[in-house]
Amino acid sequence: MSKILELAHLKKYYATQKAVDDISFSIEKGSIFGLLGPNGAGKTTLLRMITGIFYPDSGEITLDGQKFDPINDIIKIGYMPEERGLYKKMKIGEQALYLAQLKGLSKTEAMEKIKFWFKRLEMESWWNKKVEDLSKGMSQKLQFVTTVLHEPKLIILDEPFSGLDPVNANLIKDEIYGLAQRGCTVIFSTHRMEQVEEICDHIVLVNLGQKILDGTVSSVKQQFKENKFRIQLQEVPGNLNADSFELVDQKANQLTVKIKEGYKGNDVLKYFLDQNLSIEAYNEILPSLNEIFINLVEGSKSTTRAFQNIND
Amino acid sequence: MNKILLVARREFLTRVQKKTFLLTTIGLPLIIFGFYAMIIYFSVKTTDNFRVAVADKANIFNGKIESKDSEVIFEFVQADSAALPELISSKKYSASLYVPTGFTLNGNDSLQFKSNKAVGLMTREKIQRRINKALEDKRYEAMHISKAQIDSLNQDRDLIKFSTANGKTDGETKVGVSYAVGMISGFLIYIILFIYGTMVMRGVMEEKVSRIAEVIISSVKPFQLMMGKITGIGAVGLIQFLIWIVLVFGLQFAIAMLFPSLTESMQGQPIQPAGMQAAQAVKSSGAMNGLMSGLASINFPFIIGCFIFYFIGGYLLYSSLFAAVGSAVNEDPQDAQSLLLPITMPIIFAIVIMTKAVNDPNSGLAIFGSLFPLTSPIVMMARVAHGVPDGVTYFQLALSMIFLILGFLGTTWVAAKIYRTGILMYGKKITWKEMMKWALKKS
Repeated sequence: MSKILELAHLKKYYATQKAVDDISFSIEKGSIFGLLGPNGAGKTTLLRMITGIFYPDSGEITLDGQKFDPINDIIKIGYMPEERGLYKKMKIGEQALYLAQLKGLSKTEAMEKIKFWFKRLEMESWWNKKVEDLSKGMSQKLQFVTTVLHEPKLIILDEPFSGLDPVNANLIKDEIYGLAQRGCTVIFSTHRMEQVEEICDHIVLVNLGQKILDGTVSSVKQQFKENKFRIQLQEVPGNLNADSFELVDQKANQLTVKIKEGYKGNDVLKYFLDQNLSIEAYNEILPSLNEIFINLVEGSKSTTRAFQNIND
Repeated sequence: MNKILLVARREFLTRVQKKTFLLTTIGLPLIIFGFYAMIIYFSVKTTDNFRVAVADKANIFNGKIESKDSEVIFEFVQADSAALPELISSKKYSASLYVPTGFTLNGNDSLQFKSNKAVGLMTREKIQRRINKALEDKRYEAMHISKAQIDSLNQDRDLIKFSTANGKTDGETKVGVSYAVGMISGFLIYIILFIYGTMVMRGVMEEKVSRIAEVIISSVKPFQLMMGKITGIGAVGLIQFLIWIVLVFGLQFAIAMLFPSLTESMQGQPIQPAGMQAAQAVKSSGAMNGLMSGLASINFPFIIGCFIFYFIGGYLLYSSLFAAVGSAVNEDPQDAQSLLLPITMPIIFAIVIMTKAVNDPNSGLAIFGSLFPLTSPIVMMARVAHGVPDGVTYFQLALSMIFLILGFLGTTWVAAKIYRTGILMYGKKITWKEMMKWALKKS
């Protein structure tokens, strides 16, 4: 598969901080990509460079095989920033039309697409309402529509589910899957790891302006697994003495074991089979993204990221 | 479609379609006119005559005190000083004037004026003027000086003919009219800068507070957004002004058509718009023709052309600065006050120079003020009103215009840099020092 976006050695330094410090990665067409990181890691700065709001100090952005052109490539990108809002006094329909025209759509084209999306998300009755009449969830929905309306190749969503109830969140989630299936690429930035685990194919974790993790969700989990297995037995024998593993935890009939160096999962299974114990369940424990995230970020003191002097 | 135009169209339409726009654009002049109409109506309609009973025991006035004015009437009565209070309490007269038998014209004796209630300032002044005039005439008479002699003494007034070296007349009325035109257009531009400048600032703040700025910035460049906003609001201002001008002339015309007698009687009234007062002053000095020629000597198409240029130039120059301040302000509108100070200072400074420049259009201060782009929109109007080349040379005018255009490009360039950083900055109180840092930063 070809790449929709490639970042090469992007840097953006502020007066007191290296907001983005030499980050490179690429995103495949049609994938759902998770950009993760603690607060202040440089995610927003990175996204603003990808959307052309900021220019990088150095490094290169390649969009769809060509050097990124912030002025003409706007139509290819849909960006829903974390700090987002709408004109409060403007009517919903006019607002959607205005935002679509700003992206570069003609009026008739924009109208057609607004009608399609409003119908799809059951928002037709909103047309003449003002934003101040909408609930937070409703305006989130409207913002999502205005972001994807012009069918951009690259959709960037920063915390898209904040403030949405589970029903509406699912609705948006389905739309995201749908867009990805139709060939759109979605960059998804969030702190909510369970959503990332559920939705994303590929993730990058940034911290202190640097990339510290890059890979598919399953490969990352493999990378950080601790070789722990969970076994459920009908009855637990009095003493466990095996070369292949050590007992970590025991809850009733459930054992958590850690495999020793040089052994495999089957060795554990074999031990219990040899002892003629009936096994009810046996599975490997993979770390959740949440645990990986906390593990990687906690030691770095990123939560108290100090201001530094940038002289170069 | 060009994105600046798209943004401008939204800014324009959302403002013009608001009910408050109609209210302020059409309602305001109507209210002001209604207010004036009421004042004029009531001042014309004062029916309560102030009747003064004069008991002239010394026969100083010969039974007559000149009173063209219908409001104060002097009536001579044969009554003693004891009987006068009775006349007042009987409501026949409002006041009495008692001239004692031994009254002489040498100025050492005083007259007694008694009224049933406190006399208003205007009436008091009228009474004083009438009586003093009557006394003055009597004194001249006593000294055997005739009216013709007095007039011949005073005739020097128009002896000096002011004119410029190149032979143009430089009449007092023309200077007066230039003064008024300069003052009015200078103040209009001052008001425009403030009203529409703050409108731009509020618009920017609204975008920032409602968090739509970043959404928009991902579709248009910050510069396009800023220029679109400035253009749109500028168009609102122009439309509003055109409507006002049409309304003002229309209403004046309508009033003249509907109440021809009213406009005439208005001329004699003390409370009037400033322009009319000036006209009245000119008229009372017997030089209505002078005023007309003064107005005719002013090149109105030229002045209106200059006005529009400095209106647009000044607005563009300042509105981008107002936009920059708006972008730096967070939720708290209080912050705007302190940030605005460096912008409002030159405008106020300009007004001060302008009031000097209308009197002396060629002073060093006026020349500086009319060339310096931050003050020129206001100050130059004061000089232009005096005409070219009397008030300002063509060279200075051209130079001022070029400086204004350069100034506008400069402030826009600086403001755009502040704006694009400020619009995405949340939660931090920004100082002028930081704003300058953004402005000087390389993009």
